[in-house]
This record gives sequence, structure tokens and C-alpha cells, in this order.
Amino acid sequence: MGTDKKSEPLNRVDGRAKVTGKAKYFAEFEVPGVTYCVLVTSAITRGTINTINTKDAERAPGVLAVFTHLNMPVIPGWANPANPNAKPPSGGEKYQILGSNKILFNGQPIALVIADTLERAQYAASLVKATYNKATHQTDLLKNTEKAAMPGRFGDYSRGDNKEAHKTAPVTLEADYTVPVEVHNPMELAGILAIWEGEDKVTVYAKTQGVKATQRTLAGAFKLEEKNVSVHSEFVGGGFGMGLRTWPQEVAVVAAARQLKKPVKLVMTREQMFNLVGHRPYTIQRISMGANKDGQLQGIYHEATAETASYDDFTEGTVAMTRFMYACPNVTTKYRIVPLDRGVPIWMRGPGEATGAFALESAIDEMAHKVNMDPVEFRVKNFTLTDPEKNKPFSSNNLKKAYQLGSEKIGWSKRNATPGAVKDGEWLVGYGMSTGVFGAHRGESTCRAQLNADGTLVLQSATSDIGPGTSTAMVQIAHEVTGLPIKQIRFELGDAALPPSGSQGGSATVSSVGSAVYDACMALKGVLADAGLTFEDGAVKPAAGKSAGLPQVLAASNKQFFEITKSSKGGPEQQKYSMYSFSIHFAEVRVHPLTGVVRVKRVVTVADSGRIVSPKTAASQMIGGVTGGIGMALMEEGVIDHRFGRMVNKNLGDYHVPVSADVPHIETIFIDEPDPYSNPMGSKGMGEIALIGFSAAVANAVYNATGKRIRELPITPDKILSA
Amino acid sequence: MKQFSYVRVTSGKAAISELSKDKTAMFLAGGTNLVDLMKSGVTNPERLVDITRVPLATIEATKTGLRIGALAKNTAVAEHPLVLKHFPLLSQALNAGASPQLRNMATVGGNMMQRTRCHYFYDTALPCNKRNPGSGCGAIGGFSRMHAIFGASDKCIAVHPSDMCVALTALDAVITVTGAKGERKISFGEFHRLPGDTPEIDNTLQRGELITAVDIPFNDALQQTHYLKVRDRASYAFALVSAGVALSLKGNNIADVRIAMGGVAHKPWRLKEAEAYLKGKPATEEHFREAARLTMAQAKAEEGNAYKLTLAPNTIVEALKLAAANGNI
Ligand SMILES: Cc1cc2nc3c(=O)[nH]c(=O)nc-3n(C[C@H](O)[C@H](O)[C@H](O)COP(=O)(O)OP(=O)(O)OC[C@H]3O[C@@H](n4cnc5c(N)ncnc54)[C@H](O)[C@@H]3O)c2cc1C
Repeated sequence: MGTDKKSEPLNRVDGRAKVTGKAKYFAEFEVPGVTYCVLVTSAITRGTINTINTKDAERAPGVLAVFTHLNMPVIPGWANPANPNAKPPSGGEKYQILGSNKILFNGQPIALVIADTLERAQYAASLVKATYNKATHQTDLLKNTEKAAMPGRFGDYSRGDNKEAHKTAPVTLEADYTVPVEVHNPMELAGILAIWEGEDKVTVYAKTQGVKATQRTLAGAFKLEEKNVSVHSEFVGGGFGMGLRTWPQEVAVVAAARQLKKPVKLVMTREQMFNLVGHRPYTIQRISMGANKDGQLQGIYHEATAETASYDDFTEGTVAMTRFMYACPNVTTKYRIVPLDRGVPIWMRGPGEATGAFALESAIDEMAHKVNMDPVEFRVKNFTLTDPEKNKPFSSNNLKKAYQLGSEKIGWSKRNATPGAVKDGEWLVGYGMSTGVFGAHRGESTCRAQLNADGTLVLQSATSDIGPGTSTAMVQIAHEVTGLPIKQIRFELGDAALPPSGSQGGSATVSSVGSAVYDACMALKGVLADAGLTFEDGAVKPAAGKSAGLPQVLAASNKQFFEITKSSKGGPEQQKYSMYSFSIHFAEVRVHPLTGVVRVKRVVTVADSGRIVSPKTAASQMIGGVTGGIGMALMEEGVIDHRFGRMVNKNLGDYHVPVSADVPHIETIFIDEPDPYSNPMGSKGMGEIALIGFSAAVANAVYNATGKRIRELPITPDKILSA
Repeated sequence: MKQFSYVRVTSGKAAISELSKDKTAMFLAGGTNLVDLMKSGVTNPERLVDITRVPLATIEATKTGLRIGALAKNTAVAEHPLVLKHFPLLSQALNAGASPQLRNMATVGGNMMQRTRCHYFYDTALPCNKRNPGSGCGAIGGFSRMHAIFGASDKCIAVHPSDMCVALTALDAVITVTGAKGERKISFGEFHRLPGDTPEIDNTLQRGELITAVDIPFNDALQQTHYLKVRDRASYAFALVSAGVALSLKGNNIADVRIAMGGVAHKPWRLKEAEAYLKGKPATEEHFREAARLTMAQAKAEEGNAYKLTLAPNTIVEALKLAAANGNI
């Protein structure tokens, strides 16, 4: 590893379990005596509950309890379960689920109804009736920009003199961009199943992207020792970020289970998934840019204003990319958040960057057009091998090669630079491209390796797999270090009792957990060497001059297996280099001039993400990310009727995600060059870059097709017709 | 779950008599709309009369046309050789709707009776005159992107969501219904109604009546057809605007033409004036444009659906162009 050797494309090691139903998701665990929780949610957006009538619900058949703010059991360590560090920027009120009669957002839970069957709980929930004292609410960011505040994280940034650059730059542009509320909507619904043993020990099956994080949250909430909180989440049916928190209603269910002394399961409804498990925040952005006539960037100003909740300041790196992506002497970025009477946002695939890249990469295209330059050439012209923000070299950066490979594959030379010039029948044809970037993070992670007498190798780490194929990648890493056959290696995850790892987020799992697997397997080699054994030809063999094999050596030392646990994290190289993963997206679109319909016809996506550890699942990641990007570009939007503060399209019939017919052939290209510094495998993250920037590639292609610049996502037919 | 009784019947007569036993009772066909409405608390029948075993699923030729039983599945209709031969527009419209899974369950009668997809109608926490008369119209001044530009009222701007009904309107279909007082026929254009002051009433079917069949008169001259559905994604989305066209050409002249639109009104919207204008004229884009212009004279939009004032005429023109072209290929 860390070499030029390419990895084999492996099928998913758990693929069979997933398609045969053997893989169990949290809601599928059968627990004797389990009871079912249904949430009753607020119909108003801000105010207080005046009365809440639970009598009919309590009397309904099968009902065990109805919890409201009047009788919710106290949660001992519950400062603010949404986010213990939350400091509302407005000095707003704290949100404690069922903690008071206050309503802070539409769809907020106002009661938990628990019954012996799901249907009975649902029926009883429909009998809970609340009356409210409504207060005026604010959910429209555009009407509340005066409340925009600089958050604690992501302060202003400036290098050079942007104002001066703007005055002197011969070519300038200024444009505003909007990214709407988007909702993760993984297939699997969110929730938790909690089983207490007495008052001090609890087991949960949860939909979470971090079993350790859920363990910490629950241990904190119930003042338990972490070892007394078992968290299981072996399989997760997609997360895209919504599983990075253990949400207040989930903590409340654990509290209810303790009170009732019965296992309680909550599976949220699809509608509740639109309000209670975060979303990509509505964000408006302004970019102004100056360049020389030869295309050299002189200045970029990028300001983003995003929504957050009145009770919790959510922040993300929306303007980060602008600081380092291009060689530009004068750069200013500002990031503001506006507290609204809405549920709190959360990271959604490509958090921050996906929003920022839509603006920056659209603006770059606009500028390239202004200076009469090919957008690829324009980017190459402003390419930098040193991160101008941190003044450090990139650990690796093969963007130039990526531009070239992608251009060739899509047939960029066929692109006519004049908008609206190419037709296919009635349809206008356009080509567009963009760049995506995300930090190549590596966190601390631990792995235990156990080599059994039969030669099977078991690796364990408390990480998650929300779909990218984590186990497959880990098995592949272990296979490449030890040479053992794939079939002999098993990776175990999704249990908080395993050696600790971070949550699956920020595209860091292969880098973090993979490094621990790598280190554990290397250490295992040492253990074997000490015992006179060695990995050779895909098996454990006696070392040179020895004759005893693995079973004999183990038997002689009275052991059943060899084991070693290794913790792994980055070293000083993390400080020395600027580490990012890059993607280039090329899209060919068709736009119908009369109906405004946009179809993505062909996609080429190039990932410069170091050495590719698992080529097949990596390609799936890119395809999935681009598919999400098509949704972001053309259809995804959570619509809020601000008169009511309520989302109106909170179902999958009205909130559109791409269907098969929307997704063309997606060609994936990997640079597949090891990064010398990122980690022992030379890999960098992929999950985020697969989506980041893609929406701009589509918007740019739409411009090339029509001459219309759509700066407000999603690009729906009405916007094309009105532009 | 809310309690309700359920009875399955095997004849139209039994269906009608079972329905009369409870004033909230409803027929259950494919259930693809009704069950969703029950789950969201919009419709709360205390009795369901399952009519799926009533033998009304036949599709057969009569002397003057094609008769389609009210319980024929959408898929069966879309794929039927007689439909494909005589009424390709109907097949195209059906296949543009919903998903294969839904079409396998959905029936012709249920499709006609399906209710609007207006968000305010579905969300019981929001006002809607159609669901809760007198509560106000949430869509007016709200999220009205999907809403009507023809025949709306200040009580309701919802649209009828069906694709199939657009084709049946264009094709001059006639509906047969039967009730306690016997059988009657309703021409398709008079089945659905405009909202006026009573948007809670979708159509002219009387309480207690069962739809039994739809007859489409043969008009084999109208072989050049196109159903154009403009939507937010390539499949599985309701129409922003749709247009169904069936026409015949003599040389380059339009001998006969039928046009109807979906996604623009509380009922499938027949374009009689445009048809009359086009008859006998050369099939040129200028004439299509003029036909569209005539149609749009009555259009009125909210802020959210103002784009339909451009999209609707464009869709008419494009559907006419494609229908006129398909016979020439
Ligand atoms: C996600 C989704 C997407 C969809 N997309 C589309 C689309 O793009 N285009 C489109 O056109 N449709 C679409 N539909 C709607 C679908 O076409 C209808 O749900 C379906 O046609 C209803 O038929 P059904 O037999 O299931 O009716 P049911 O749900 O069983 O009944 C609907 C109503 O009709 C009444 N009824 C049924 N049969 C009779 C009868 N014989 N006489 C009198 N009353 C009767 C019932 O009492 C009930 O009130 C979609 C539906 C869903 C759920």
C-alpha cells in the first residue's frame, strides 16, 4: 500500500447479507415485550401549548403512557441534548424536548405516545389534542437578514486588499446565489430502540453514523458510565449526515423506556424526517470577483448567510473553498447565520462546500465567459500548488491531470463556447464543468486484529457503515497488508463496545479507520514474527528456518488466537501540508426551449482522492454522489410556507429526488495516485467530493445550452422559462 | 388505527346497497389514493366497500367504440391492443402517470375519482376549503406552483391531477354510472367540475353512484397523437402542465383535432376554441401558436404559477408539433 499498486475491484463483502435480508437494521431487531412510540408534533411554529388533552389517548386500547411536557421524566444530565455545546447566537431559548410548553419550531414533538402495537400507538396519537397560544414566527431568512450574526466558528477571512482589487480589476462581476432547504431523506427512517436493564444499564439499537457518539450522548444524558451504554448499529440504510446526532426525540424515547421499564421503539415517519433530523440550511450567497483580461483572478469576495435554529447555532464551511482553491491575491470571505423558528440544520453530504461550490464554481464560469476563456483553461490558469490560505503545499493535487482526463472523456473540445448554439432536434445542448473539494481528514481510530488458528482474521472497530462499503474497504486494506484471502477476513463494526473510532462523517472513515486497520495488520506481522510465523502466499506460514505452523504455535503457547489492538492517528505531516480531496465534474445537458425541461444526458466525474483503496465501492460512491448532485441541481427543495412556518412538501411524492430516468450513464475516473502524506494507504476521502460542485456543472451546462444563468437552485422548468 | 368496517362485494348492485348503509361509506378500488387519504386523516370513512371483485374490468369493442370497465387496471388499459390501436393517446397518458407499481393497482374509476394533490389539501394542519369548507384556501397567496390557471375561484385553485382523464376528455369519452335510481351517462367533459363556491365537490357523481364503464367513440382518423407531460423529474411526478393531442392531417392541413390539458384546472381542460380554430388550417407553428394564444385568453395566475402562462401555451404548441410530426415519420 502507499505504492502505485492498484487495488482490485471487490464486490461488497456484505452485499449478499444486504440483498437477502440477513443484514438487520435497527428497527428490525426483535425484542420480547417491545412497545412502540409515536410522536405527536406541533401544528404551530412559535408560541406555547395552552392545553394538551391526553385523556382520550391514555384510555385508548393498548396505550401504556402518553408523555408531554407535563409529565416527561427528568433526564439527569440533560443540559441540551440537541447539542451540549449549543449557544444560540440570538441568546434564544434552550430547546429541551418536552421540557416546557414552549414551541420553537413547526413539527416539534409535543407528546410521545407509547402503546403495545404500532397501530394502537398511531391511533392514540391521533387523539392527543393541543390548543396553543400562537406567537409570531420568523422562518423566512430573506426577511430576517438584519439578524445575521457571525458565529463563533468560521470567522471572517481576508488576504490582500479586496476592495482595491475590485476597483482596479478590468473585469468584474457580482452575483447572488441561493441554495434552498434540502433534506437528506435516506431510505431508512430514523429512530431508536431502547432496552434498559435496571436503572443503570441500557442497550440501544439506533440509526446512527457514530456508535461512540451515541454512546457518549446517552451516557451524558443519563449520567451513566459509557460501558453501561451498549449501542448497536451494524447496518445503516443511508445517512448523508442526518445520523451524526442522537436527536432529542431519540433521547426522550430512551428516557421513556427507563420510566416504563419496557423496551420502547421509535421509528419516525417520513414526514417527521423533514423536520426533526436536520437539513441542509437555506443559504444565500453573494460573490463578487475581479480578474485581468487574460483571466488572472485578482479578487474574490464571498459572503454566505445561512439559516440556523433559534435555539442552536449550526455552522458549516460554506465559504471555505473560496479561500484556497485558486491562486488569487485578494480574497475576503464572510459567513453569517440567521436564527429562525425552525428545527436545527445539520451537515448534509458535502456540508458547506456543496453550497459554497455552487456559488463559487458558477461565478468562475461566469468570469471565464466574461474574459472569453474556456472555463477549463480559466481554472488551469488560476491553479495553485500551494494552498494560498494556509501558505502550505497541498499534500497532493492532481487537478491539472483531472481537468485533462475529464475533458477528453466528455469530449469537451466539442463544446461550443457560444451559448445556445448547439441543438439536438428541438433540444438545446450544453456542456458544463466544475470543481469540488473537501478536506482530506484523518481522525484517531483504533482497531483490534485477531488471527485465529484456522487462519481467519477478524478486525474490529467501533465505526459505522452508512452505505459506502466500509467493511469492504477495510477487508481490502487488511488483505493487501497480510495477503490473506478476502474470504478469510472479516471486519466487525457498529458496536460501541469495539475499539473506539470516530463517527462516519466528513469522508474520513477509510483514512481514519483504514489507517488503524493498516497499523493493526502491520503490528500483527510483528506479533507473528516474534512467534516464528509469517504471512506468505496468502497464508500464515512458518518463518524461515521454522517448522511449526499457526495452529501448532498457538497450541504450544496455549492461545486460541493472536491479537493486537492499535490506535492510529496522523503525525506532524498533518500540520505541514494542506490536505484536500478534489473532484472535477463534467455534465452534458439538454434543455427544452419551450418547456424549460432540463435533462442531464451524460456525466464524467473525476476524483483526485489519492490511492483508491476499493475501486468498485469508490465508483459507487461517485455515482451516488452525482445522483445526489442531480437532485440538488434540478429538483430538491424543501418548501416552507412562511405564513405558517410549515414545510408544505414533506413527503417523497412532492419533495423530488432523482428517479432512474433522471440519471444518465455516469462515467467515473480516478486519478488513483497515492497521496504521500495523507495516511499509510495514500488515500483521501471521497463521499463528499462526489457531490460537491456537481450542481454548478449542471448550472454551467444550462448556461452553455441556453445563455440563461440560473443562480437559484433547483433549476426547474419554471426558472428556465422565467429567466 | 381508526376503526372502520370493511366489506367486499362481488356485484355492482351489492356495492350500491352496501354503500347506502353508512353515510361515510366509500368504495375502495386500487386504494392507491383513498388509503393515503385515510392515513393522513383527510378522508375518514367508517365503512369501506371493496369493489375490486365486481366484474367490471373488461375492455371490449362495441359497435361504436371501445368500452372500458371501471375496474380495469391502468396498466391493463395502457397495454391493451385495442387501446394501442384505436386510442394511442390514452395509452401514452396512462404511461405518463405515477409508477408501474401504482398503475398495476390503480383502476380507471379510481383514477377519475382521485383527489387533488394540493399540499394544503393533504395537510390537516393547514387551511383548505376543499377538505374543510370555510377554512380558507392555503394555496392562494401560498405555495401555488402546481396550481390552476383556468377556471379557479377565490375559494380554490387546486388542479385535478390525472393524466388519463386528459386523454379521455380529448377523446370525447362518456361515463356510465349506476345508482339506486338506475343508470345514467355523463360526458367526460361534464364529469369533473370547476370549484366555484363549493370546491369540496370534485365532480358530478352523486352520492351512492358507482362508475361502471367508460366508452370512447371510435374515431380512427385521429391517429396522430401526443401526450406531453412537463414535470419536475423525468418520471413519477405530477404534471406542471400536460397536453394531450389527437389529430388527423389531410396533406399538411389539419382535418380534425382534439386537445386537452392537465395541471391547469380543477378539471381536465378541453381546448374547444383552439380545436375549432385549427380545423382546416395548415399544420404550422404559427397556427399552433395562435391556437395556444386563443386558449390563454382566459388564463389567470397567482405569483407562484405565473410561469404557467408561458409554459401552458408552449406545451400546447409543442404537443401539436409532435402530434403533427409523428404521422410523418
Ligand atoms: C405517489 C403517487 C404518484 C402518482 N402519480 C400520478 C400521476 O403522475 N398521474 C396520475 O394521473 N395519477 C397519479 N397518481 C394517482 C393514481 O393515478 C391514483 O391514485 C389512482 O388512479 C387511483 O385509483 P385507485 O383504483 O387506486 O383508486 P382508490 O384509491 O381505490 O379510490 C380513489 C377514489 O375513487 C373512488 N372510486 C374508485 N372506484 C370507483 C368507482 N368505480 N365508482 C365510484 N367511485 C370510485 C373511491 O371511493 C375513492 O374515493 C399517483 C399516485 C401516487 C400515490
